[in-house]
Amino acid sequence: MHIVVCIKQVPDSAQIRVHPVTNTIMRQGVPAIVNPYDLFALEEALRLKDSFGGKVTMLCMGPPQAEEALKRCISFGADDAILVTDRAFAGADTLATSYALASAIRQIEKEQAIDLVFTGKQTIDGDTAQVGPGIAKRLSMQLLTYVSRIAELDLANRTITIERRAEGGVQLLKTRTPSLITMLENTNELRFATMPDMIRAARYPVRKWNKDDAGIEDLSKIGLKGSPTVVSKVFGPTPRAVKAEQIPVDKATPRDIAVNLIQAMFTQHPALEQDMLERAPL
Amino acid sequence: MSDAPAPRKPAGRGGRNLELPEHLKAYKGVWVFIEHDRGSVHQVSWELLGEGRMLADTLGVALSGVLLGGPDDNLTAFANEAFTHGAEACYTVRDAVLDGYRNEPFTRGLTDLVNKYRPEIVLLGATTMGRDLAGSVATTLQTGLTADCTELKIDPTSRALAATRPTFGGSLLCTIMTLAYRPQMATVRPRVMAMPKADTKRSGAIIEDTLGMVETDIVTKLLDFIPDANTSKVNLAYADVIVSGGKGLKNPENFKLIWDLAKTLGGDVGATRPVVQSGWVAAERQVGQTGKTVRPKLYIAAGISGAIQHRVGMEAADVIVAINNDPNAPIFDFAHFGIVGNAMTILPALTEAFRNHFAIRRMKAA
Repeated sequence: MHIVVCIKQVPDSAQIRVHPVTNTIMRQGVPAIVNPYDLFALEEALRLKDSFGGKVTMLCMGPPQAEEALKRCISFGADDAILVTDRAFAGADTLATSYALASAIRQIEKEQAIDLVFTGKQTIDGDTAQVGPGIAKRLSMQLLTYVSRIAELDLANRTITIERRAEGGVQLLKTRTPSLITMLENTNELRFATMPDMIRAARYPVRKWNKDDAGIEDLSKIGLKGSPTVVSKVFGPTPRAVKAEQIPVDKATPRDIAVNLIQAMFTQHPALEQDMLERAPL
Repeated sequence: MSDAPAPRKPAGRGGRNLELPEHLKAYKGVWVFIEHDRGSVHQVSWELLGEGRMLADTLGVALSGVLLGGPDDNLTAFANEAFTHGAEACYTVRDAVLDGYRNEPFTRGLTDLVNKYRPEIVLLGATTMGRDLAGSVATTLQTGLTADCTELKIDPTSRALAATRPTFGGSLLCTIMTLAYRPQMATVRPRVMAMPKADTKRSGAIIEDTLGMVETDIVTKLLDFIPDANTSKVNLAYADVIVSGGKGLKNPENFKLIWDLAKTLGGDVGATRPVVQSGWVAAERQVGQTGKTVRPKLYIAAGISGAIQHRVGMEAADVIVAINNDPNAPIFDFAHFGIVGNAMTILPALTEAFRNHFAIRRMKAA
């Protein structure tokens, strides 16, 4: 069995600060991590490998330093890693990204047939959830998004049955492989890296593919040129003109403060009081 | 090997086309994909019709809904409801293979309708269905798609859709346009846009179309749908009263004060991303850019500093009360009422005071 897992290296958004004057992202000192959602995809792929044997190939598009993210995945037990990196890819939106990744997956397939492609449900920097569906469409693979559980994989008959998170419930879907799965978060727990795998990762020669290695056929479909969306403006949120009305706290007991808040709030919003009276349990 | 070369167009930055090619100028009108499942329409579709109405009026074009469904789905009733929310027409496709959402037939259905009727804008809800479908359709049509928009406007110069969305986990906002491709596609999360007022006098035209797919064409089979148990159902996005806690509460034991107040108010419990990441509450209670967008009548935020990540998910609440011991916490910049103090003592006092207040009001009313 051969699984390809697509990952992205992202800035740790919990540590991102925005410059208060210029409204630009201050990247200095912000650690780059494997997109956390992608780790659920990696773990699920590794579990299938544990059960069925085979190979897990990691794929990432990004700058040369994204090699570190791929090495980290090797340390958890992935077998091979390919970094698609070329200045020609710069400025790609989701449509151009899915074109490049789909093209690279076709090249991987030339080395060994692929049974499944995994991605995380979305990234934490872009939050679009569009690249997975894009890759599936370009490769004419069956698309399975927001997968919460793999119920059955039948390699001999090339079928897979999965549970997919939908609004208000779970869909049980059966389809053919190869298919593309975007894995839901918190569906599994990432294993610990073993010492031998950590050593292997540190020494692992991540394969670096430029646009030719990745089999890009149409240069007008990659990078900025291949991106239909145009970012016309980046800005910080507008501050509200009026700040919060402060309930006096000096020399007041918690009880006074609570009563004064309720008083102030319901005087200004009588409809809210009526509404809350009706909803509050007796 | 590659596609036929596109006709030469004026080049923008980086050699890309930023002018709408002549043949795409025929794309007219605003569409909203109306999402329904097991007999009911997702409210986000009506919210999108409200927003779509404003876009269509600005452009001077028609607003239409798109309904795909199976033989037993009441598409006519859904279309009539869409008219009351502002649509002038609804395109409907009814086919046995569209019974229950599956990516392949729905992608085909929406793609074919777009190619046939050529709308300039297509809006979908950013739900598990809408995102699955939008990404597939945009790739098939080779056009631009902007996810999770918080504001939709028409750019006066280009008359293109200017879609604003939070980026970098909600630290910044960016406005994105699709200038040289059609249709322009965008998704919007539930509750981000206000629910439009229904006007039952409005009506519209239903345009029926066919799919041209049979079940044997479709690889993926829907074996079953397992509805969520009622006990685990948290519909935070549509809650009217939410009491939310942040890391300022210090430990999961103190977080119980949030549950107490929420229970007294008949409300729901929300939390910040760090609280969810620490496992104090389930992920479905997370409010913010990577969680739910909410629009309650009352939002009480205790021990929450008001990071932009959180703010973008709750600032549309009618009344926001903030309790925080840091007088400089950003949450006081956008809350309506502020209490600078210790949430651990204020929360139980509030629970008590609300309970007394309601009891007295009920006594007076009796």
